[in-house]
Amino acid sequence: MADEKRELQKEQAQTPTQTERTRNTKVYIPKVDIYESKDKIVLIADMPGVDDKSADVMLENNVLTISGTVEPTAYPNHSMGYAEYDVGDYQRSFTISDEIDRDKIEARMKDGVLKLTLHKAEKSKKKISISTD
Amino acid sequence: MFGPGIWPFGRMTDPLSEILRLRGEMNRLFSGAASPFTEEFPVINVWVGKDDAIVTVELPGIDRDKMDISIVGDTLTLTGTREPETLKEGESYHRRERNSGKFTRTLELPFHVEAGKVEAKYEKGIVSITLPRSEADKPKKISIKTA
Repeated sequence: MADEKRELQKEQAQTPTQTERTRNTKVYIPKVDIYESKDKIVLIADMPGVDDKSADVMLENNVLTISGTVEPTAYPNHSMGYAEYDVGDYQRSFTISDEIDRDKIEARMKDGVLKLTLHKAEKSKKKISISTD
Repeated sequence: MFGPGIWPFGRMTDPLSEILRLRGEMNRLFSGAASPFTEEFPVINVWVGKDDAIVTVELPGIDRDKMDISIVGDTLTLTGTREPETLKEGESYHRRERNSGKFTRTLELPFHVEAGKVEAKYEKGIVSITLPRSEADKPKKISIKTA
């Protein structure tokens, strides 16, 4: 159990943050829920303003990166009267263990929520018999 | 009781940081040092035009039927529920950062709204509400007669 938890406890992966971005926008870390069952790990990320075309999921080695680009909506003849949030892109990375089947990652985007289902690979079970002398 | 009013609009140079600073100050004033910073949910932006205001709300993954928008005079109230994911047996959370549960946000607008002409749409997890200014509330030009 402790081992399973460790694989998802990463705030931000170093790889994507060290590269510089070409887009001149702010980048936010999307809020995520992650839950696990015996055969899968489900990751749900809130990315308001992102749809299936502007979302991106990438898996490189052990790093799973989710990102989304948001085009700010402009309202002509309107000025900002009050603001609680700022618009920007989203990016967040997680490391995943070898337990995950890389070819069976499902991604769905609906109403600004990205849902990733990471299936665990079927492990070949091997029982080792112990003999006595 | 009410949420933030948006008077005087157009005066703030950096609305977001100003609001955050004010909110932090208010929290310190009213809630004592012990209580933590409470986060507003959902977050709202307001765009003001001559004849209408546009309110945008970041509310991803919500059921349209579980959201309610009401207008009384110059006050907009947004209520709803964001259902948490129901976990089956054997499933457990590793992380839980997304907000869920009931929410209410109230916003006072700088003018009275023509409630019948309000339009709301939900796209990519963002609710945008267009609130036209009521005819009675619009400024009237008074012509000056010469004697």
